Amino acid sequence: MVNKYLVKSLAASLVLSFSASQAFADDVEVLHWWTSGGEAAAVGVLKDDLAGKGVGWKDMPIAGGGGDAAMTTLKARVTAGNAPTAVQMLGFDIQDWAAQGALANLNDVAAAEGWDAVVPSALQAFSKHGGNWVAAPVNVHSTNWVWISKSALDAAGGNAPTTWEELVSVLDAMKANGITPLAHGGQAWQEATMFDGVALSLGNGFYKSALIDLNEDALGGALMVEAFNRMGTLRSYVDDNFSGRDWNLASAMVINGDAGMQMMGDWAKGEFLKAGQKPGSDFVCIRFPGTQGAVTFNSDQFAMFSGSGSSAAQEAMASSVMNPVFQSAFNVVKGSVPARTDVPDMMFDGCGKKGMADLAAANAAGSLFGSMAHGHTVPAGIKNAMYDVITGHFNGEFSAEEAAAEMVSAVAAAK
Amino acid sequence: MKNYLQLWLPRIVLAPSFFLILVFVYGFIIYTGYLSLTDSRMLPTYEFMGLSNYPKLFGLRHWKIAVNNLAIFGILYILICTIIGLLLAILLDQKIRAEGFLRPIFLYPMALSFIVTGTAWKWFLDPGIGLESIMHQWGWESFHFDWIKNRTFAIYTVVMAAVWQSSGFVMAMFLAGLRGIDGEIMKAAQIDGASGFRIYRRIIIPMLRPAFLSAFVILAHLAIKAYDLVIALTNGGPGRATELPATFMYSYTFERNQMGLGATSAIIMLIMIFSIIIPYLYSELRSEKES
Repeated sequence: MVNKYLVKSLAASLVLSFSASQAFADDVEVLHWWTSGGEAAAVGVLKDDLAGKGVGWKDMPIAGGGGDAAMTTLKARVTAGNAPTAVQMLGFDIQDWAAQGALANLNDVAAAEGWDAVVPSALQAFSKHGGNWVAAPVNVHSTNWVWISKSALDAAGGNAPTTWEELVSVLDAMKANGITPLAHGGQAWQEATMFDGVALSLGNGFYKSALIDLNEDALGGALMVEAFNRMGTLRSYVDDNFSGRDWNLASAMVINGDAGMQMMGDWAKGEFLKAGQKPGSDFVCIRFPGTQGAVTFNSDQFAMFSGSGSSAAQEAMASSVMNPVFQSAFNVVKGSVPARTDVPDMMFDGCGKKGMADLAAANAAGSLFGSMAHGHTVPAGIKNAMYDVITGHFNGEFSAEEAAAEMVSAVAAAK
Repeated sequence: MKNYLQLWLPRIVLAPSFFLILVFVYGFIIYTGYLSLTDSRMLPTYEFMGLSNYPKLFGLRHWKIAVNNLAIFGILYILICTIIGLLLAILLDQKIRAEGFLRPIFLYPMALSFIVTGTAWKWFLDPGIGLESIMHQWGWESFHFDWIKNRTFAIYTVVMAAVWQSSGFVMAMFLAGLRGIDGEIMKAAQIDGASGFRIYRRIIIPMLRPAFLSAFVILAHLAIKAYDLVIALTNGGPGRATELPATFMYSYTFERNQMGLGATSAIIMLIMIFSIIIPYLYSELRSEKES
């Protein structure tokens, strides 16, 4: 199937004549974007495990969080007929590539190791295409977290908010105490991450029908207007200098005590830990008020590229990725939780243990949803159309009513 | 033998680059043009579906913002660069002392890439660490300058950074033009009693017409393809307030899996550039023929 593009494309034939290296039979060439210190160390765990099985590792890191640069490189390599053997991927990218027929079938490994029983079904929706396993999930990040500075919370009354109204009163108290209540970075994906939590706090049904099923009544309805009103309320607690700020700088504001809290995925925990803070005593992790019991996730997975079938090296790699020991070691470093529910939580800190328990509970209760902000509810085109509206509203371009109406038309245009 | 070699050597030497340009520039222009007529999403597909991407593109809010911004950015950038460049060139042309020292100072910004310019201006304009915060530290508490964080004014900060970068280059072009003007003409006009201002307005500036034209063409295509400056300075923000057609093209082609629409926007940009370059080439070629 991959060859189809090779033949058809003018670019392919030209680039192919210059491209030489193809990975050896017993090597895996791995394209990923885990380049920061902790992540790179975690990748080392996987590399060592594979070396033990006699499989060599050809590293191909493409820096850039979120993987946009890596995905662009991947397109160029596949169009040139020189796909890497294994690629780190997110959500709908896996489905898109599988629909192109470019991914290897991993059913044999999955059946031998019983993946069906241990991987949450909401994750399987992304790891499987047409009923066949095409990717091995490494981790589960969840986005409906709030990270609160313990000292700022104590000064604001000491009780972690559990409802939207309590959240607003805590934010008000923090404002009265003279700090920036909400640390936020003005980038479209960060506003969308916040929106994940806000939308979910208006009900699981609303989240699913608006952001997953793209039901027009929900996308433009009263609850969507309320979601944008809540985004507007949150905007009033952010300092004026927020636009363009990176998420880790927003985390630093909470760590330094300049700001009260941050609404961000669990990768933010790494920033707190690196600064020497302890969960529980220096900072508090709670689910976005009103979303207790539900989890919005995004999951890094490894998909294997192949023209036909899967090679022994690819199967070995898939098996290593799903190894509970690796899943535990990797996710302790990464801040996420394992993608299988049978991994013991003793290596994890308080927030990690809570994340694992929440994931298992949400999976059992059917309240585990993909994260819109991180490409796990809709394909990239529609996701970015939603980004446009959310970031436009957050920056004052639309009123809440206009934003809800724009949501409907932007999604329709991107379909 | 020698004639034969003289005839063929230039062709042989030029052939590789001619061939490469033919394929990698014109070949891919045609390829992009074809993609704009398909429903390509993540990867190129080749099923022809006519011109439907074009009305779809012009129906997109995001594209309208990008084109609007290009109009604001392009007009101000070309106008201000030309005015500042011309003034600097005229001032430097007054046989002043230390011209050799001043000229490179104005020209040096051009040696930086737009990424560096964008990053430096991002810090300089940031109210938290840049100009505003310095003014506050110096005691001017009421000083307020947050255009880069303001949806309405952010595009003007892009103009500022771009003007800072390019006006020295425009100055160099005008300076070369001024140096090419015969000093006798100025003397003759002075003898006739024309004032300095009048000499420039009536004689010198009209004689700089070719320099104006070159400056316009260079600045116009820089404006249309402007990408790196916006990425470094505002990354299209706040919100989507500073998106330009080039950033639109990249994001739709490579990030949003809407390659067909991305290719369409690239073709529209190409048409914009052609509509500037072709009249220019036409007038140049015609005047060559006449002389």
